[in-house]
Amino acid sequence: MTEHAATAAAHAEEHHEEHIHPASYYVKTWAILVVLLAISFAGPFLGIKWVTLTTAFGIAIVKCFLVCARFMHLNIEKRLASMIVLIAVVLMGLFFSGVSPDIMKHEGDNWVNIAANAETVRRIEREGADGKKLDEEVEKRLEEHEHGGGAKPEGAKHE
Amino acid sequence: MTAFTKPLATLRHATGMPTGRLALWWLLASEIVIFGGLLMSYVMHRIGHPEWANQAAHTNQYIGLTNTMVLLTSSLSAVIAHRHAQLGNGKRAAQFLWLTILGGIMFAVIKFGFEWPHEIAEGFIPSASGFWGFYYCAAGLHAAHVIAGATVMFIVSLDALKNKELQRVELVGIYWHFVDVVWIFLFPLLYIAK
Repeated sequence: MTEHAATAAAHAEEHHEEHIHPASYYVKTWAILVVLLAISFAGPFLGIKWVTLTTAFGIAIVKCFLVCARFMHLNIEKRLASMIVLIAVVLMGLFFSGVSPDIMKHEGDNWVNIAANAETVRRIEREGADGKKLDEEVEKRLEEHEHGGGAKPEGAKHE
Repeated sequence: MTAFTKPLATLRHATGMPTGRLALWWLLASEIVIFGGLLMSYVMHRIGHPEWANQAAHTNQYIGLTNTMVLLTSSLSAVIAHRHAQLGNGKRAAQFLWLTILGGIMFAVIKFGFEWPHEIAEGFIPSASGFWGFYYCAAGLHAAHVIAGATVMFIVSLDALKNKELQRVELVGIYWHFVDVVWIFLFPLLYIAK
């Protein structure tokens, strides 16, 4: 290590060690996290779908940022660490965007996933018999199946 | 050859970050891809299979809430252990690490001692449906990380007790927080979105 690099390293070390937060800083962060957890838990009790999704996943993202910034100290860490994390998150997004059309839908212009459709219907038939309330989307899917599985294009390829 | 006066993991080279911490962030990047791939697959299937909502209705959100509280609190003790390590107080750091390990044990006992046996007794085994397959896979992989983290934390605490290798307290703490972050997403996915 050159003299300059050693000086820079020593400076960086000192810089990092300056950031010794009081214990109260961490306790406050924990308290915020607990309040957010309570909100995300209470959200579904209102029975409104968008409120449930917002309180569940919106708050999960906020909690994630809080833990990363204040507990994992990404807010005072070298930017390189955030970049490393970002690369992994981008790869995750790439995977999702590439695969999701084939998984989230059971049919496309030239294909039908018969097995996935059949599984959906079989489950609904079995669990519907228990008297459980089906949500609108499930009922719609069941109805589509009963009327011939929806319009299939000519030459549709079965998977 | 120069004799090292400090552990290799605390030295900084081109990045200006201690080598140990840099390595840990790369490890976490690989973990993000593992858990991210699994959770993204779950989300895609969950959207593609609306009937999974009926299955998800059987998970116990109160147990999920309790385990989330346990993990959040254990993260607090982990970061306070790191603070004591920064101040050079290895003994206090070790004590807070033990508290964190206790949180990990509580989490595992709740999951393997109460939650899973109850669900299995109800017939919700991994092969019961796609939902339960994902549920046991995701929660099981996460629990394995909790157990691994607690084990490594115990080893680190033994050194910390002697005021040795205190930089490892921060590293094992960052890992623990990551395990907490994964649970922060698992909780709404498996217990809240019904």
